[in-house]
Amino acid sequence: MTSEPSVVEVTLESDLKNVEVAEEIARRVAGTAGFSEESAHQIEMALHESMINAIWHGNKNEASKSVWLRFEIYNDRLEIRVRDQGNGFNIAEVADPCSAENLLKVSGRGIFLIRTFMDEFHVKHFPGSGTEVTLVKRIQPPHQPTQGGTDREHESHNSTS
Amino acid sequence: MSMKATIRQVDSVIVVDISGRITLGEGCAQLRELVRDQLAKGNKRVLINLADVSYIDSSGIGELVSAYTAVSNQGGQLKLLKLTKKVHDLLQITKLYTVFDIHDDEAKGTASFEKS
Repeated sequence: MTSEPSVVEVTLESDLKNVEVAEEIARRVAGTAGFSEESAHQIEMALHESMINAIWHGNKNEASKSVWLRFEIYNDRLEIRVRDQGNGFNIAEVADPCSAENLLKVSGRGIFLIRTFMDEFHVKHFPGSGTEVTLVKRIQPPHQPTQGGTDREHESHNSTS
Repeated sequence: MSMKATIRQVDSVIVVDISGRITLGEGCAQLRELVRDQLAKGNKRVLINLADVSYIDSSGIGELVSAYTAVSNQGGQLKLLKLTKKVHDLLQITKLYTVFDIHDDEAKGTASFEKS
């Protein structure tokens, strides 16, 4: 069942100040989509990390470049696309920040947090024009139990899964 | 909301009360400078109070790790005080919860330096 999504699209100047602008949009979109406060915070953090990657690593903090954002609210999920004008990165080369040899490294946790907080994370390269990441968070139907629910809810979950 | 930090001394321990956001840019730079200053003054017992931190990102976590390593490398100790649920969860997810010595009570936190 796929219906036309509600769409919010914005292009922001590649400036770290705009990370908070993007977060504010994400907060509103997540609220409109009906996410819980905790899920909304996870979406906001995932977008924050994606914006940092786009501005800092992708666009090399050049204000002349821009970051394109698109939010699509479907019945069952929110999809967020973040596109920069950089050369991209190889997702396979992103190290596990939780492994013993990386645990005390200063950087390298951004992608890990995005993957932790979202249900799907995809990277697409557009040679010569930039890199686009897609973040997907599924919307839990109101009657479906969530983590940390009551025993009764867990029973219901178990019996239907 | 940007990051604010105030410093006070409790016995031999430097308590740093941080509020706001510890994120890439100003917040991280401020924390780095602050820890560097304390080490330059010979203060190697640092307790960072995160009770009023509303937001911390991957760079902020990295900055805490960097501060921890810098103080440890000089023979000192850096500990954390009063994590909010969000910061607590982030340290759990990133497996750093076991790296840092974390306290909920300031008196016990400052006293823990004396024992070590």
